[in-house]
Amino acid sequence: MARYLVHRVFGMLVVLFLVSLFTYMVFFLLAPDPAVQICGKTCTPERIDQIRANLSLDDPFLVQFLHFLQGLFLGRDYGTGASAVHCSAPCLGYSFQSAQSVTDMIVQRLPVTAVVAIGAAVLWLLAGVVGGLISAVREGRFTDKFITSLTLGGMSVPNYVLALVLQYVFVVWLQWLPFPQAVPFADDPAQWFLNFILPWTVLAVGYASSYTRLTRANVIDTLGENFVRTARAKGLRPDLVWRRHALRPALTPIVTIAGMDFAGLLGGALITESVFGINGVGKLAADSITKNDQPVIMAVTLLAAFFVVVGNMAVDLLYSAIDPRVRVGAAS
Amino acid sequence: MSISSTELEAAGAPETGALVAATDPRRSVWHTLLRDPSAIACLVYIGLVIVMALAAPLIVKVSGWDPYEFDQTAIDPNLGGIPLGSWGGISAEHWLGVEPQSGRDIFARIVYGARASMLIAVSATALTTVLGVVFGLLAGYFGGRTDMVISRFMEFLMAFPALIFMIAVLSALPADNRQYLLVLVISVFGWPYLARIVRAQTMSLKQREFVEAARASGASRTRLVFTEILPNLRSTILVMVTLAVPGYIGTEAGLSFLGVGVVPPTPSWGQMISSSVSWYSVVPTYFLVPGTFLALLVLSFMVLGDRVRSAVDPGGR
Repeated sequence: MARYLVHRVFGMLVVLFLVSLFTYMVFFLLAPDPAVQICGKTCTPERIDQIRANLSLDDPFLVQFLHFLQGLFLGRDYGTGASAVHCSAPCLGYSFQSAQSVTDMIVQRLPVTAVVAIGAAVLWLLAGVVGGLISAVREGRFTDKFITSLTLGGMSVPNYVLALVLQYVFVVWLQWLPFPQAVPFADDPAQWFLNFILPWTVLAVGYASSYTRLTRANVIDTLGENFVRTARAKGLRPDLVWRRHALRPALTPIVTIAGMDFAGLLGGALITESVFGINGVGKLAADSITKNDQPVIMAVTLLAAFFVVVGNMAVDLLYSAIDPRVRVGAAS
Repeated sequence: MSISSTELEAAGAPETGALVAATDPRRSVWHTLLRDPSAIACLVYIGLVIVMALAAPLIVKVSGWDPYEFDQTAIDPNLGGIPLGSWGGISAEHWLGVEPQSGRDIFARIVYGARASMLIAVSATALTTVLGVVFGLLAGYFGGRTDMVISRFMEFLMAFPALIFMIAVLSALPADNRQYLLVLVISVFGWPYLARIVRAQTMSLKQREFVEAARASGASRTRLVFTEILPNLRSTILVMVTLAVPGYIGTEAGLSFLGVGVVPPTPSWGQMISSSVSWYSVVPTYFLVPGTFLALLVLSFMVLGDRVRSAVDPGGR
């Protein structure tokens, strides 16, 4: 077990290192000169040189990349002499646009994204598991066909289209929900909650649809197993057969996928957050991309990769905990 | 190699179904599809969009408006340029209304937008399929070190936050030739999902008697891979392809929506929806029209993929 863990953590670090190296390289090679960008309209060659020196943009690629890594783990200093700025670990640099610390920007926005992701996950798990179970129990009948066609629809509507449609129907037309605006939780919890209903729903619909299909397939599989027949033969109530015997084994793969999807969402739901104007990591990513704010793009890419990789590992460990047939040590 | 037997079983399951239908798989899939009304409806809609994409200049001649032509008479300059008339300015002149502010004809832009969507989705699917099949076959057939290198590389690509990275790369690159870049970027992150399945199936197929028999009778490696193993993967590839197209249509539209896809003024459905965001409360048809076309196209491919899957693999789900 310990050996397996060390192995996994090492592999995780390698992947993260490669992701950061690759992203850094792409920006180093492709992006327009950030010094020119920071300098703005009233720009002199001397000023550009000064900025380049401050950000040490003249260093070769590998040196810059090592400085970036150093900042991440140990902190680093920008500039020299009296104008030097110390940025303590984990240092992700300063935004080219607002000169804010990127670490601060992310720390500020991560809770918002977490709220979006958690709410959506609760919704899609509930809808997916319940819908899938009902569909499986009624296999081949009208309810099953209805739910299955709903899921196909749910998987096909792009989430920004759904976002616009729902926003138009519920906010503009029926006026059941207030116009979305950022309200701190402490000021007005009800308003805060209402603001998140649409984003949660929009995010959850696609996932809920695929979870329904997956649950349905798994439950139908287990319903054909011998132990279910035994449970039925001994006269167990049907709802108990479904809940205890059919659903439980069918949930294991759901947990796996849910873990990974959730981890993916923590990296930011770009489209949904942008459409609803939620100030989370996803909107930060979208904004920084339109403004070509490289340190921020670099940071959000790394953050998203981090969540995906950690999520993968967590899921593997969790999997061996729920399903005794899988022993992590033996798998590799 | 103690990869659980369930994985091999799962990989082996569809191919027994394929063997049953192996007498003439292509014809039987067509037959099953043509007896299914919803599959026919999907095929008709997809065919319609393809015709729209191919014959865009002709269709636009008939409808009378060019996708880039401004029509100031169709909008109301006093109200910030919202279209005149109800339903976003739908009239005999402009079949699906006009864009606010510019007055460009939405029907013409939809027709031309179909070009971008289909071209990018189909080329990306073709490229992903080639990459996925080649690398999957290589990894599955040769195993050992080849397999390890390819599998690690695939894991690395799948751990990448693909959407963010695609956007970042596309925004950093110059905007000319965006279409080709889109196809390339989508494919680079897309192929591992197909390759993974091809690899697993190849691994189980190469243990089978008919492959062994061919090997014993002195068939070359190329022959084994291309004439013994590849034909048995046909149904898997077919299903994956029909399910990949809607995914890539969505990805292209999403990237265009976020402003890093097809470059304006060239229209694309995602980009049209993106520019309608600021108008959604005033001119709802502006997002409803491209949104409906897009959702229906994705839905058609999804349903079709679903039906193809049950046609080639009647036992599975």
